[in-house]
Amino acid sequence: MRLIRYQAPNSTQWPALDRWSNLRDELNSFFDMPSWSGFGRTGQLFTGWSPAFDLYESGDHFVAVVELPGMRKDVIDISLHDGTLTISGEREQESSNGETAQRTERYVGSFRRSIALPTRVDSSKVTATYEDGILKVTLPKAEEAKPKQIQVS
Amino acid sequence: MNTLTRETRESDRSQAEQFIMPAASVTEINDGYMLEIEMPGVKKDGLEISVENNELTIIGRRSLPSVEGTLIHRESRPENFRRVFEIDPSIDANKISAKMDQGLATLTLPKAEHVKPRKITVS
Repeated sequence: MRLIRYQAPNSTQWPALDRWSNLRDELNSFFDMPSWSGFGRTGQLFTGWSPAFDLYESGDHFVAVVELPGMRKDVIDISLHDGTLTISGEREQESSNGETAQRTERYVGSFRRSIALPTRVDSSKVTATYEDGILKVTLPKAEEAKPKQIQVS
Repeated sequence: MNTLTRETRESDRSQAEQFIMPAASVTEINDGYMLEIEMPGVKKDGLEISVENNELTIIGRRSLPSVEGTLIHRESRPENFRRVFEIDPSIDANKISAKMDQGLATLTLPKAEHVKPRKITVS
């Protein structure tokens, strides 16, 4: 019996390794994706579009900041119901006359984000601005929810 | 015509500044390509586009609105955006144009004159 020395496959000629490196690239790109910005948003991989949502609180108001690049102001809906703020909207597919999509990472279609606010807000005083693709909603707290200083007499 | 604006993925991740990769869409239009990149919070002045060694680099620096108060829930990331594409030789790098609208950068990459389909009349 003859022993044949084992030769490691030459990596450049081994197609399986190429495939592996593609997979690795895909995985790397997955971690680079804007969707991977917290466990809360991993759901987006399965459910579609879920824009990043930040919430700030100060003594007398809340500010919700939502990343909505490339939308039109009039297709963004903001509603407040039972202390839950809901932001929804839709981005329509642009006309595809003589156009071929080569790579599509931008979401098209509708989205809806809801967040339960920790305290009551005054729904009549809610204001919103949309600038540079960022929606900023300012929600003043209801009178009874504002911090109060009580004087000791 | 097999390649388009191919993407370059850098293996060197040890740069001093950290960037995040914005979502991008590439569409082939009549005589070129259209590249749309989502960069919320980036103004026109914050957009840097450069072409070097056949590589198109797009950097978006954010100017986020200052918000008064404490952050109680966060999903956004504070890093700036950066994306690099290898540009197809058919693209005329001198004619790349860009616009920025509501956090969406749209780049138009026209094909060079010599690669456009042309009808040759037999005389």
